[in-house]
Amino acid sequence: MTEMPVSSAQLFGLCGAALIGIGLYGFIAHRHLLRRLVGFNVIGSGVFLLFGSTGYRRVELGADPVPQALVITGVVVAVSATALLVALIIRLAQLTGSARLPEESPGGGR
Amino acid sequence: MMPLAFDLFLCGLVLAVAVAAVSGRELFGSIVFFIVYGLLMALAWVRLEAVDVALTEAAIGAGLTGLLLVGASARLRRLQAPEEETGSRKARAATAIACLSIAGLIGAAVLLLDPRAPGLAPMVDCSLAESGVGNPVTAVLLNFRAYDTLLESTVLLVALLGVWSLSDERSWGGHGGLRQYARPGGVLATFGRTLPAIGLIIGVYLVWAGSKQPGGAFQGGTVLAAVWLLMAVAGVADAPRVSNRLLRLGLVAGPALFLAIGMAGAMAGDFLRLPPEHAGNLILLIEAGLTVSVAVTLALLVVGPPQRDLPHGEPS
Repeated sequence: MTEMPVSSAQLFGLCGAALIGIGLYGFIAHRHLLRRLVGFNVIGSGVFLLFGSTGYRRVELGADPVPQALVITGVVVAVSATALLVALIIRLAQLTGSARLPEESPGGGR
Repeated sequence: MMPLAFDLFLCGLVLAVAVAAVSGRELFGSIVFFIVYGLLMALAWVRLEAVDVALTEAAIGAGLTGLLLVGASARLRRLQAPEEETGSRKARAATAIACLSIAGLIGAAVLLLDPRAPGLAPMVDCSLAESGVGNPVTAVLLNFRAYDTLLESTVLLVALLGVWSLSDERSWGGHGGLRQYARPGGVLATFGRTLPAIGLIIGVYLVWAGSKQPGGAFQGGTVLAAVWLLMAVAGVADAPRVSNRLLRLGLVAGPALFLAIGMAGAMAGDFLRLPPEHAGNLILLIEAGLTVSVAVTLALLVVGPPQRDLPHGEPS
């Protein structure tokens, strides 16, 4: 097992926190739904990294398997959600000709 | 301090690529950055000694999600959905400030965590001998927290039902709408014929190794799904009809087997409890079933809702 100073776990935790912020920005700032989906996935993996890093605080105990197992579950659920959202976005584009929500399109909605 | 320097560099790279993926000017470029980002994340998981997660992240987070997004952007381009311009500069600045403060708050919470908390690792170590497997992550996934995994395999199935229900009425029962890209004799056509053999072995090995080493049903199943998708994109295999009986059997086999073993546990006392003397074999059985279902479900999720016309335009 490689020796890793505990502060590295904190470093990845902070990286996860920053990724949540970056993903959230992409999710809010864009109107194109596929780009929002990219933001959504960045938020997700930021949460996973933050969670996983908490399982690596005591180096001598090794990595905690419980967060790892939950993150694996989370990654699979995230890809299912992404697949469903992709199908919804394409269906929306087939029906309206636009990959944005109707109320956010230039001419439509409110 | 060498490892810390490497981690710093890796985190910086991950953040830079994430910014590029989120704020890139063009949709396709941003998706390519997202795939790179997924691979770098896999590296970060290796640094956290979570090799099981690294395998999942590389296969699903970067590979399948990337394929889904690339496919979606290609379909949107064919539908000629316009690209977008972002909102006003003021709104973007306000959004950036808000997101920055949220990230700052979460970061502060990270630093406030007790750095010496032992977590649940000692408890898992204690009961590992009863779990029937040597890999603690597999033990948590399929024994200690089997409930989560059972629901997860069900979520996959429900997501696929959702995707299928988006097909229009006359397409129901048709083939999945995956486009084939290969030119005869091209690179993809060659890869589509040579790589599946290697991928098949790697996928099955990952499942088998999962009881003692990093690997398992989800990682192996994803590799198998990727093998089939490669063959489909290269034009070696056709997407099956969604009304195919065998296909539907493959979809539910894993969750059904899992549920049956869980119910057998309920008869003997506790739902999903595996008797320690048979746990190893039962886990292997569940994993085998799950691998098939995960592979078929993931592949069909990427393929998308059924269409009546074959992808190359000939009516079926």
